[in-house]
Amino acid sequence: MKESQTWIGKPVSRVDGYAKVTGAARYAAEFKSDGLVYGVVVSSDVTKGKILKIDSRSALACDGVIEVITHENRPKVSFWNRKFGDQDSPPGDHFRALYDSEVYYSGQPVALVIAETFEAARYAAKLVVITYELEEYETDFHSRLEEAYAPKETKPGFEKPKSRGDADEAFSQAPHKISAEYDSPTQHHNPMEMHATTVVYEGDDTYTIYDKTQGTANSQAYVCQVFGLSPKKVRVRAPFVGGAFGSGLRPQYQLYLAVMAAKKLQRSVRVVLTRQQMFSFGHRPASVQTVKLSAGEDGVLHSVGHSVTAETSQLEDYMENVVSWSGMLYKCENVEVKHELVKADIFTPLDMRAPGATSGLFALESAMDELSYEIGMDPLELRLANYTEKDQNYFGRSFSSKELRACYEQGAAKFGWSKRALKPRSLREGKKWIGQGVATGVWDALHMKSTASAEFTSKGELKITSGVTDIGTGTYTILTQIAAETLGLNLENVTTSIGDTDFTPAPLQGGSWTAGSMGSATQAACFAVREKIFKLAKKLPDSPFSDAELSDVLFEGGEMLLKKDPSRSVSLNDVLKSSRVDSVKAEGTSAPNYLKELPHARNTHSAVFAEVKVDADFGMIEVSRVVVAVAAGKILNPKTARSQILGGVVWGMSQALFEETVTDHRLGRILNHSFAEYHIPVNRDVPEIDVIFVPEADSIVNELGVKGLGEIGIVGTAAAVANAVFHATGKRVRNLPIRPDKMV
Amino acid sequence: MQKNKIEASGGRGSNQTFKSVPVTIQVNGRKFTCDVEPWTTLLDLLREKFELTGTKKGCDHGQCGACTVLIDGKRVNSCLTLAVMKDGAEVTTIEGLEREGILHPIQKAFIDQDAFQCGYCTPGQICSAVGLLSEGHAKTDDEIREEMSGNLCRCGAYPNILAAVKQVLQEKKVSP
Repeated sequence: MKESQTWIGKPVSRVDGYAKVTGAARYAAEFKSDGLVYGVVVSSDVTKGKILKIDSRSALACDGVIEVITHENRPKVSFWNRKFGDQDSPPGDHFRALYDSEVYYSGQPVALVIAETFEAARYAAKLVVITYELEEYETDFHSRLEEAYAPKETKPGFEKPKSRGDADEAFSQAPHKISAEYDSPTQHHNPMEMHATTVVYEGDDTYTIYDKTQGTANSQAYVCQVFGLSPKKVRVRAPFVGGAFGSGLRPQYQLYLAVMAAKKLQRSVRVVLTRQQMFSFGHRPASVQTVKLSAGEDGVLHSVGHSVTAETSQLEDYMENVVSWSGMLYKCENVEVKHELVKADIFTPLDMRAPGATSGLFALESAMDELSYEIGMDPLELRLANYTEKDQNYFGRSFSSKELRACYEQGAAKFGWSKRALKPRSLREGKKWIGQGVATGVWDALHMKSTASAEFTSKGELKITSGVTDIGTGTYTILTQIAAETLGLNLENVTTSIGDTDFTPAPLQGGSWTAGSMGSATQAACFAVREKIFKLAKKLPDSPFSDAELSDVLFEGGEMLLKKDPSRSVSLNDVLKSSRVDSVKAEGTSAPNYLKELPHARNTHSAVFAEVKVDADFGMIEVSRVVVAVAAGKILNPKTARSQILGGVVWGMSQALFEETVTDHRLGRILNHSFAEYHIPVNRDVPEIDVIFVPEADSIVNELGVKGLGEIGIVGTAAAVANAVFHATGKRVRNLPIRPDKMV
Repeated sequence: MQKNKIEASGGRGSNQTFKSVPVTIQVNGRKFTCDVEPWTTLLDLLREKFELTGTKKGCDHGQCGACTVLIDGKRVNSCLTLAVMKDGAEVTTIEGLEREGILHPIQKAFIDQDAFQCGYCTPGQICSAVGLLSEGHAKTDDEIREEMSGNLCRCGAYPNILAAVKQVLQEKKVSP
């Protein structure tokens, strides 16, 4: 008998690591095609108005320039606005680039210059002269707060805020209370890879599209709907995606423009956005939140009030779950929550890593900290005093699993929380104030219908395929691990190919649902292959399995063996060879089992402990250490899982201290649309981060018991840092980011 | 703001015939000779003409470091380098670090330490780390962090990038 090999739960190095460290991994802008031409986008210089005239003559006169596409000469697109919708679009009229003369926002694409070389297209793009009639605009939703409204139709995935009890009455009667307003700025995803699409024209109105996307099927459906193409003639591939964080959840305009140009010219086209243009589409919406908390002397919450007003575009009503967490994270009978929107002359916001929870939990968890000081109670004790085992948002249903208490305990122990003095401004080291803060994180464990294919060949190779992408999350690696373990193979015998609409359909990659959903689908496909191989083995002459059931056998070391008598075994490829079968193939699907899942709240949790050092003279803030304890069900790969959490924590630090898209509202234009001025952390900003995975068994969320890790690292972190800044300095900053000027 | 105001924008420059300039650049030990426009960056030359797409474009403004290559052994932002400036230079890109099927120690360390997620900043990080190691002045954790701060990583793999550089420094100590 060969040595038993398990892969699930092992810290395996990324299977796509070699491709990524050698430059062999190809991203959307890196696929070659004969006769490829380059498109450069001309962006609107004005914020709102109408295009009166576009003069492309000078541009067209340049060497190598082929065409300038505008709303006046574009190919036909669907007349129906709803055809421009996609799997992640909010209700409303969807934006259509180069559709007509309307300009809705600054930076809107208004023309595409196409040339034989990138240099010629870039140069000629500056020569296009556009005459606009200007209209009045307002890009600052803060100045229109009185126009706030609650949309009737909401976005898929949005939970209508549910109030309960009488929060006002409880608040007025309570001995301890706080009420505070929190401001979150606009943020842009800014993955390192700029959005890009290479359309390879295959002749006969057929296209192979390399797109930067989080959903190959979403891009394919969009292109087909908008341009009236058959899905048979449109293949979308995204084998590698250079980060996305939500920016690829909707088909972005570079895809639309590249296909438009390819269709018009019947040639292969590449369109790559500039870093500046990465600020010209979806973003995390700016919002203003009010949190009102009240409690008794014992810290037990009497009421929770949380309302948010957020920006959206003139076209669509974008909504994300900002306040719903406040109704479920702590035990409380009286909850009042509200979510409203204000329209501004901007592009529609878009889901960005942990949409809603990122800003909502910053406010709630800052407010909990404020309440703890109001009562004079340790902030961790306050959270424990309000711990809940029931989801009161949904009639007190229980959690599928919830190890948040263990997160608090293990995180606090590792951090040394018990040694912390409650009083702010009590720790100083030279010229620096030192502070420590804690916050809770929560996110959903979502389950989306997913399909994967598995094929085992007589050479002993297992091939896994699916349309799903890997945006850096480690999807290639975990699917390979799951497949290898299920069929008892080595990792080297498994090849995972994903990000292609020619493969089985998969959902968008987002919301932390990919690992659990796609992992379960892959496991199901491998189970089906196992069963097929077993059936073949039973039929072999003198088969040791003739009387056995599938449950009587083990798959290990490339072999199938009887549990009772492991000496009776046969190698899987021999089964196929003896049966004269070249390969065995099966599809597997994982879909939500509502009867099983809905009676439970399904969530990941975290406890984040942060320490900061604040320069007493200059207000420079440095995060000196972070401990994060995470409960997220089964961990498929502790190595890639830890990286996911590290990334999330870095994002949370960034939210707390750096990130802010600044608009000059007089001009309606973004001021800091570059990496020099839109600050994100660099290596020097990031301290040691301790990641603890608290064991959590879950048999409800999906077949694997995996809850996903993409978002749980970020939520909670910003509040932990902000609370640490308060502890260090006694200054409560409620408008992010906490820049040094807010300290002095 | 005045209503019905008319504004025209664009038209910066004049239409023009582009004149190419011949350059010879040694990339990863291979000699490339071609004609480039004077404003072609080394980055675009590598990616679009030589099909060496391992070197990445993340901002095109020298702000992110994704385009880092080694020119005559020194780490350089190839997006801020015009190709014509480097006639006769020796360039090493990410594709040139592996020798005879053996990964450069820093490439291996990046895999071992999981020093990347999406992989897009990785070639730049690795070239920058190779440059840093040969500069020889980063020894402490904080020095490594500081010296690697010209390379942005939006996935936030920084602690693992630090660990990867330390792994190679450690290996060097063990076997100089």
